Amino acid sequence: MEFTGRLDQEDGAMAPAAAPRKPHLVVIGNGMAGCRAVEEVLARDAGRFRITIFGAEPRVNYNRIMLSPLLAGEKCFDDIVINDQAWYADNGIELVAGDAVAAIDRQARTVTSASGRCVPYDKLLIATGSDPFVIPVPGKDLPGVVTFRDMDDVGAMLRAAENGGHAVVIGGGLLGLEAAHGLTLRGMGVTVIHLMSTLMERQLDEAAGWLLKTALEGRGQTILTGADTAEIYGDGKVEGVRLKDGRDIPASLVVMAVGIRPNVTLAKAAGLAVGRGIQVDDHMVTSDADVLAVGECVEHRGACYGLVAPLWEMCRALADGLTTGPSGYEGSVTSTKLKVAGLDVFSAGDFSGGDGAEDIVLRDAARGHYRRVVVKEDRVVGAVLYGDTADGNWYFDLMKKGEDISSIRDNLIFGQAFASGGGLADPKAAVAALSDDAEICGCNGVSKGQVVACIDGGAATLDAVRASCKASASCGSCTGLVETLLAVTLGDDYSGERATKTVCKCTSFTHDDVRREIVAQAMKSIPEVMQKLSWTTPDGCSSCRPALNYYLLCAWPGEYVDDQQSRFVNERMHANIQKDGTYSVVPRMWGGLTNPRELRAIADVVEKYDAPMVKVTGGQRIDIFGIRKEDLPAVWADLNAAGMVSGHAYGKALRTVKTCVGSEWCRFGTQDSTGLGVKVERMTWGSWMPHKFKIAVSGCPRNCAEATIKDFGVVCVDSGYELHVGGNGGIKVRATDLLCKVGTEREAMDYCAAFIQLYREEARYLERTAPWIERVGVEYIRQRIADDGVGREALTARFLYSQSFSQDDPWAERAEGGDRQLHAHLGEVRPLASIAAE
Amino acid sequence: MFTGDWLDIGPIDQIPLRGSRTVPVAGGEEIAVFRTGDNAVFALVNRCPHKHGPLSQGIIHGHSVACPLHNWSISLKTGQAEGADKGCTPTVPVKVDAGRVLICRAATLAAAA
Ligand code: SRM
Ligand SMILES: Cc1cc2nc3c(=O)[nH]c(=O)nc-3n(C[C@H](O)[C@H](O)[C@H](O)COP(=O)(O)OP(=O)(O)OC[C@H]3O[C@@H](n4cnc5c(N)ncnc54)[C@H](O)[C@@H]3O)c2cc1C
Ligand code: SF4
Ligand code: FES
Repeated sequence: MEFTGRLDQEDGAMAPAAAPRKPHLVVIGNGMAGCRAVEEVLARDAGRFRITIFGAEPRVNYNRIMLSPLLAGEKCFDDIVINDQAWYADNGIELVAGDAVAAIDRQARTVTSASGRCVPYDKLLIATGSDPFVIPVPGKDLPGVVTFRDMDDVGAMLRAAENGGHAVVIGGGLLGLEAAHGLTLRGMGVTVIHLMSTLMERQLDEAAGWLLKTALEGRGQTILTGADTAEIYGDGKVEGVRLKDGRDIPASLVVMAVGIRPNVTLAKAAGLAVGRGIQVDDHMVTSDADVLAVGECVEHRGACYGLVAPLWEMCRALADGLTTGPSGYEGSVTSTKLKVAGLDVFSAGDFSGGDGAEDIVLRDAARGHYRRVVVKEDRVVGAVLYGDTADGNWYFDLMKKGEDISSIRDNLIFGQAFASGGGLADPKAAVAALSDDAEICGCNGVSKGQVVACIDGGAATLDAVRASCKASASCGSCTGLVETLLAVTLGDDYSGERATKTVCKCTSFTHDDVRREIVAQAMKSIPEVMQKLSWTTPDGCSSCRPALNYYLLCAWPGEYVDDQQSRFVNERMHANIQKDGTYSVVPRMWGGLTNPRELRAIADVVEKYDAPMVKVTGGQRIDIFGIRKEDLPAVWADLNAAGMVSGHAYGKALRTVKTCVGSEWCRFGTQDSTGLGVKVERMTWGSWMPHKFKIAVSGCPRNCAEATIKDFGVVCVDSGYELHVGGNGGIKVRATDLLCKVGTEREAMDYCAAFIQLYREEARYLERTAPWIERVGVEYIRQRIADDGVGREALTARFLYSQSFSQDDPWAERAEGGDRQLHAHLGEVRPLASIAAE
Repeated sequence: MFTGDWLDIGPIDQIPLRGSRTVPVAGGEEIAVFRTGDNAVFALVNRCPHKHGPLSQGIIHGHSVACPLHNWSISLKTGQAEGADKGCTPTVPVKVDAGRVLICRAATLAAAA
């Protein structure tokens, strides 16, 4: 085909008056953006171009988004066609379907297809979309491994599903979850493997991700987060997936849905400017003025998009530029709405508000809803909604328009209806205006009238209201309402202060409330507690996270997985941080005993790592100072080799068991205090507690081991063992209370275990035994440990059970390479000059 | 602006959620790269404005880090101490591209000098 005078015609300026030969617009990609661009051009000037569309897929233009409902069996192909054959014919468009373009020749201004068809163009539009990313693991090419991008992929999944069996979906993002849902509906058992700890982590925060995961699990899917695929295995076809941690999941189908990459192959080969995508200006023009690009394959102002909304805006700008007059595209703010099996999720904006940004969080535990709006300088900058997403578009709109929300701020989180409800701007007035039978507490069915009656009856604090009418005593999400009612009803008499302190500013619950509810509601993760107890922040703070982590660990031994990021530095690093950022290392010396081998290993470490100081501690062991975090695993390996383990000198845990020489050597000794101390330390080491815990065993009442200022102290006497509790030698010295006297070593140890367990289960985080006993009274402790034999034995048994999971030396794990990232640097920065010099 | 000088320091999943990793700088102070619970990434010089605590070792909550030494709260975005405390730690431009963490070399060298 010959083509001349194209410049003139394109300009329009020198176009011949009669029957001009139309310029030829060639489109590569018969997908959502390519066809939409053509529609937009036709709508503006139907006669402007002669149009040819190449499509690699052997079919007309359809709605890719609807592949999910298609897979789920809610739609068939005809339902999802956007433009049928008639549309191409009516608009004089030549569709070359099932024949991909193989090359672009910009010199000759032609494109050539795989079958060899060569077509010249005046304007070329590249709309090649994205390619699914396939992780390069062994077995990725086995039959039965599919991606989720087009009709053919869906066909392959449907064929596999006909035989039932199990499917593994790799990738817990939007696509992966939709594939998993569809396959579940088609009758397959489905396991989703996700590398990150949160599903859809790019769109959702931890709280919403947790809710989504729980709901999907409730629908029968298995969701493995933090799971890394090692290989796909099978003989001639897929038989299963193996994870890096050794787990093995048999499967006959594997769907890879780990992400997409802009398809830039053609553009790159044609020498166009390509970054992550094909680079375009605001009019979707590439580095060649006659080549345009649109859709997921482009990079505009540094951004690539994976949702359709931005593509529509691009297509508008592109059509304006090609026809009526350039308008320009300025980039998009995107939002995500996902609906899987009736689960609604919405997210928009980015949450990296940082400076001055404030989170407003609303959790409705009874209905499992979560809502978080990020506000900065009186503007909405981001939102995550789970459960009820009806207000998503409203927040998105406020965000896009940058509207000043200061006048509706107090009610913003309750949604459009409430916030724009007029006259309700003052939350106090709104609550005062509620009718008497309006429900305040949904969990316990308490009306406003009942709450007010109970306040009038003398309940002047939140705790009193909770105790008398149960309002706000369950999930706590109505706490704000109850407090407002207190303020409205009592006026100036309401102090606003709670009788007992809450855990921190993130919650209206006290430590005791939280501990009780963790057990009562069988809550097993931090996000779950935060959701069910209506935390007001998305991920807590440095006060509540460590407390929750401890409470969960204590409540569910062997089951709860410790959250490292919720631990103070010392417990995360298993060493004590020093003022210069180095660490000190204290190996355990059982009962204060040591031997030449241990001392030699310590001496060697001090020399090998150039430790500036070694010191005997007040806890009868040796402290090595000035170790760098990178060297810690090696230091531990050396100490492990000599048989030594962590001394937990850094932990809210058992520290030391101090002993004296006792009856073995001392002329006054009555019992083997050294031997008992060693046994007690062997039994109690490694246990996590509300605060640090120290034990001592003295061989006689001269008490050289200072047992009467320890959390648990034993003073040996001729007739047996005096057990002392609640001593403290620190900031406020407190001598112990005598708990009771026992006759045998065995009893001394059992009572010790029971006492520790009572402390572990009932004290508040960061409360040492001394203030705890002052709070609950030593009588209470005596009753639980000394008087109630059955109760004591149960406590002892629970302690020993939990110890069966906690007596692994954390140093040995690290020395073998566990949590390496905590000790190693990430990358390195050098001046350019020093790199060039290499 | 420091354009065209982005240095790839590794994949984002090498930083735990609500965690931090450090990057040594030749001839300068270490940089701490943080990843928050909602997956935002920030970089600061690894030094608390109070008494030089290593911020990388603190507990990360929201977009703040609690210093491991005396619990000052530092904004990850601005490096400013929050609440009643006063002081500021230099920040370094950082971005994530295709799952890789990139920090601005020139700004890093300037901040760490
Ligand atoms: C190393 C040691 C001093 C020494 O050189 O002897 C020491 C060092 C520290 N003590 Fe201690 N205490 C040491 C024995 C004691 C003792 C004596 C004892 O255990 O017999 C006490 C008083 C007894 C007691 O605890 O009731 C003691 C009462 C404290 C207190 C106050 C506790 C209190 O309840 O009031 C703190 C502050 C705290 O824990 O919050 C503390 C905190 C600390 C910290 C952890 C301060 C910190 O947070 O950085 C110091 C860590 C230094 C390091 O890096 O190793 N240290 N500390 C002793 C280590 C013992 C061991 O082998 O594990
Ligand atoms: C299952 C699924 C669910 C989705 N759900 C949503 C959703 O809910 N919301 C949302 O906003 N987005 C969703 N998306 C994303 C959305 O579908 C894409 O953003 C959109 O389709 C991108 O349009 P595009 O034209 O750039 O690419 P595509 O629609 O992929 O079109 C590109 C076309 O170009 C063809 N092509 C490629 N190379 C050549 C070549 N050399 N020659 C000829 N043709 C070629 C391809 O075969 C393809 O047909 C979903 C995607 C999938 C796969
Ligand atoms: S007494 Fe004070 S200075 Fe000495 S080790 Fe204990 S905490 Fe540190
Ligand atoms: S050094 Fe950071 S708070 Fe003191």
